[in-house]
Amino acid sequence: MATLEPTPTDLPALADDIGLAPRGIFAASWTFLQRQPVGAIGLVLVLIFGLAGIFADWIAPYSPTANDFAVMTEPPSWAHWLGTDQLGRDLLSRILFGARTAFIVGLTSALVGGVSGLLIGVASAYFGGQLDLWLQRLLDIVMAFPLIIMALAVVSIFGTGIQNVIVAITIPLIPRCARVVRSSALAIREVPYVDAARALGFGHTRIIMRHMVPNVMGPFLVIITAFVGQAILAEAALSYLGLGVQEPVPAWGLMLQGGAEEYATTAPWIAVFPGLAIMLTVFGINLFGDSLRDVLDPKMRDR
Amino acid sequence: MYRYIISRILLVFPTLAGAATLVFVLMRLVPGDICLVRLGEGGSSFTTQALALCHAEIGIDRPWIVQYLKFLWDLARLDFGISMWSGKPVILEIATRFPISLEVAVMATIIAVAIAIPLGTISALRQNSWIDLVVRTFSIAGLATPAFWLGIVSILVVLDLTQAISGHPWMPPIDYVPLWQDPIRNLSIVMLPALTIGYRYAAVSMRMTRSAMLEVLREDYIRTARAKGLINRIVINRHALKNALLPVVTVIGIEFAFLIGGLVVTEQVFNLNGIGRLMVLSVQNQDYTLTQALVMLTVTIAVLSNLVVDLLYAWLDPRIRLA
Amino acid sequence: MASGTRLCAACLAAALVLAAPAFAETPKRGGTLTYVIPADAPPSFDGHREGTFAMLHATAPFYSVLIRINPENPSSTTDFVCDLCTVMPQPTDEDTTYAFKIRDGVKFHDGSPLTASDVAASWNEIIHPPEGVLSLRRSWYTMVDTVAAPDPKTVVFHLKFATNAFLPALADPFTFIYQKAKLDEDPHWYEKNILGSGPFKFVSYETGQSITGARNPDYYHPGLPYLDGFIGLFAPKQATRIDAIRSDRAAMEFRGLPPSARDELKSALGDQLTIAESDWNCGSVVYFNHKVKPFDDARVRRALSLAIDRWHGAQALSKIANVRTVGGIVFPGSPLAATKPELEQTAGYWPDIEKSRAEAKRLLKEAGAEGLSFELLTRGVDQPYKTVGIWLVDEWSKIGLKVTQKVVPTGPFIEAQRSGNYQVFSGANCHGVVNPLLDVQTYLPGSYYSGNYEFFEDPHEVALYEKTLRETDPARERILMREFEKYVLDDQAHAMYLMWWYRIIPYRSYVKGFKISPSHYINQDLATLWLDR
Repeated sequence: MATLEPTPTDLPALADDIGLAPRGIFAASWTFLQRQPVGAIGLVLVLIFGLAGIFADWIAPYSPTANDFAVMTEPPSWAHWLGTDQLGRDLLSRILFGARTAFIVGLTSALVGGVSGLLIGVASAYFGGQLDLWLQRLLDIVMAFPLIIMALAVVSIFGTGIQNVIVAITIPLIPRCARVVRSSALAIREVPYVDAARALGFGHTRIIMRHMVPNVMGPFLVIITAFVGQAILAEAALSYLGLGVQEPVPAWGLMLQGGAEEYATTAPWIAVFPGLAIMLTVFGINLFGDSLRDVLDPKMRDR
Repeated sequence: MYRYIISRILLVFPTLAGAATLVFVLMRLVPGDICLVRLGEGGSSFTTQALALCHAEIGIDRPWIVQYLKFLWDLARLDFGISMWSGKPVILEIATRFPISLEVAVMATIIAVAIAIPLGTISALRQNSWIDLVVRTFSIAGLATPAFWLGIVSILVVLDLTQAISGHPWMPPIDYVPLWQDPIRNLSIVMLPALTIGYRYAAVSMRMTRSAMLEVLREDYIRTARAKGLINRIVINRHALKNALLPVVTVIGIEFAFLIGGLVVTEQVFNLNGIGRLMVLSVQNQDYTLTQALVMLTVTIAVLSNLVVDLLYAWLDPRIRLA
Repeated sequence: MASGTRLCAACLAAALVLAAPAFAETPKRGGTLTYVIPADAPPSFDGHREGTFAMLHATAPFYSVLIRINPENPSSTTDFVCDLCTVMPQPTDEDTTYAFKIRDGVKFHDGSPLTASDVAASWNEIIHPPEGVLSLRRSWYTMVDTVAAPDPKTVVFHLKFATNAFLPALADPFTFIYQKAKLDEDPHWYEKNILGSGPFKFVSYETGQSITGARNPDYYHPGLPYLDGFIGLFAPKQATRIDAIRSDRAAMEFRGLPPSARDELKSALGDQLTIAESDWNCGSVVYFNHKVKPFDDARVRRALSLAIDRWHGAQALSKIANVRTVGGIVFPGSPLAATKPELEQTAGYWPDIEKSRAEAKRLLKEAGAEGLSFELLTRGVDQPYKTVGIWLVDEWSKIGLKVTQKVVPTGPFIEAQRSGNYQVFSGANCHGVVNPLLDVQTYLPGSYYSGNYEFFEDPHEVALYEKTLRETDPARERILMREFEKYVLDDQAHAMYLMWWYRIIPYRSYVKGFKISPSHYINQDLATLWLDR
């Protein structure tokens, strides 16, 4: 769930730190690695699973959807490194392809939800007044609305399928991002140069995109990183309730649901490995996100 | 500022009306209806007459606009109607199941606060020490674990452990008794789910406590107090903790509303007859009146929590207070 | 008139209880049986209007019925005995009149006597419900003309035509006998209230939690029930039920658990567990929307059926799902069922799968539907729907078809069928008492049978069925049924029958007297169960 982030107050240095200038990105990355080894570990974890997902077609030893009734519920062996599930499907291949599903769901939901939330939050803060008041109430409704009802409605009307699951997961993310971005942007709105820019006749869009958005990048990036993890967990929870991605698509949450309870004692590898995959990925994302926040928060910088 | 407070409070009503409309429309957009579920669930066939009869009995054959206006009117009078599935008043259905959800939520909060505040504080005080690292790992792991997986694993661990130790596998009872009737049995039912939810809740609160404490500890007045020679413990308790607690309390307050949502999954895993399970059921059965009431309950709690937080911040932030 | 007690050997074997010794033990009296019900709260207590096992498992112990499958021989499909009547009557008037004599001394739980007028009133509510009253299985009794109670001890059923489908329909476990006075007062009374004459009296009900009953000391079957009472706990999640049996929070459940549950409990409990298994009167079926191209073409439908390797698939799936026996449209234990050689003549059951798939590809090519891709609508329930769905998708891929699954919850699932908003769907055909003549109605056109959503007309099929329905000689009946089956599954391939489900009931060994039947609806009044501890 979203946490309230400290408001960045040191603006120019912040912009510098994010590395908006091309040269700055490499310098910033190297500094990051040096100063935040824990975050680097997180990033490495995430990259391992991410790359596994991208190159799954080449690395996976078997097809993730090929049933093989000769080897049902086999424990890990040389033929099947992580064992097989109840339909004889190779677990390692399913986890590799599952990484792809996880990141597609995670990244798409986070980006779409995050960017939408960013624009709404900034607009809400910038324009203020009635727009702000009513927009916040709309966000209140969406945020308070139980996920299961939203997910059930989306799934029942449009059917299950990865794009519909993404829609169901993205919707609750938007108001959470919008809230955080708005509280950061509120601080910036009061800054003199925004008034000056208005006085100079700059359009709303230009001011928003050129001045407000870059300056809420800090909390925004942290939130988006957290969202990827939350989306992966949300997919798992929805699959548990039967509203997520459907068979035979390989997805970690779905693998947990299918195997977790039924085979927990007789064939534990079916549930353990997807569970571990989720935990390690989200763990890595959180480590990285934490370090990102530490780096971007000016107060933390002077230690 | 009073203008702000009043307008903020007044806005609660259109917010609730908006939520009511949303749930009304969403539920009716889903194909099928409760009569199909009720008549067709057993796999037997049913005639169109049977279906029409069911529709008439329940009242979903009337035009949407009529149903909608009745719904809003009833809501305004706090009449939540009759559950379409069981024919009993919605208030009764919810009241029967509310105690157990509330108990789990409160216990989870107690556990979370009891863990989060001390650990978060220690973690902040000994920043980057091995204690800090352990606590941070513990809390991040908590955030990374799917809640239902944790629940399933905890039940199995208890079953296996008790079987290994005593030869008889033990599981909490699956029928609920209230706390005052049989406290031991009640606590044995509620303990595992409260720990499962509490762990994640603690993880969030712990991180918040830690970062809030870190911020406060760097404040000048803390350095001054230390320079004046005040003992560390007094510094922490009297100055740092008090000020750090404000954002923490805020987060705990907001998270409590989302806790109710988290109950949905946990009550499935532990077979608790609570509000979360009722919500899943009412949604699966397409029981419009019950779902609408439950959503309004959840939304109202969340909206009121947000209202309290917003008012608190308005009071604290001089820019708004003096506006 | 149904023939005697002929059972097929396979079913006898399948119904064996795997642990208890064959000689009879003396039942002990007393104790409370705690069991789990695999559902949340039932919508009402009225057996006439509900169709779910959730309601039945909770309320059957409180009620009596007129006739039923013999509780001592529940795996039989033809052994009907009396519950409230005294003896099974011989039909008269060319098999169209059945006169039942009602027992003496039967009392409702409130003390009032039960007479033939209560029986007649209950049956009239089922067969000819008054305006505004829902009777779910009304269509089963279209052969009944009148039900009357000419005197306080006799109930007479007059049929419009003689048929072997009547007695099994009469033995339906949902046909609770209600008190006429209450029905006259308010036909909806029984939805929220319980008043029966069965082996147990109603004690309490906590919504979504439990239902309890206590022994009826005035029960008319002497010596029964053995139990002092029962507690039914509602537990919709399968894992909860398995854990409950393992930790003895409950002794058993009455629906059926998958093989993995049986294995887990066996390894955890050893000889503290008894396992009963039986073929189940439920099966997985695939239905086609005949209004949608290319499923209006019988060749395409037949090809889809030919592609599926049922024999090997069932073998493998039986290890992970509650399916097992490959069969045609008639329950494998019934005298009307096809034998293996007969089945192997039908499309989809050929012993040589390669030949079968080659023929499938040929048919698809002929119909111009090669490489077809479509959506299989599946119900969002694990056992066995989703597993069967995954298997089907894989099998169809072997003849080059690209099939995706669309999984939806129950409400939208039924709605999609009714509105024709699907291409192919995977469902189940589930019934209580084995009554093949009624059970196969689901393959008839929607104009004849309201539960068919395949949107086709076929007068020849209907004529075949009607002939079979009215044929009372068992040998001729069987021949007609074979013809009907071949027509439905092969010639026209109106539906694809996949395999019959398998009921596995693992239960605590201290429960005795449990005899498994082919249906989770049958024999649920708990009168003959006792506890050995």
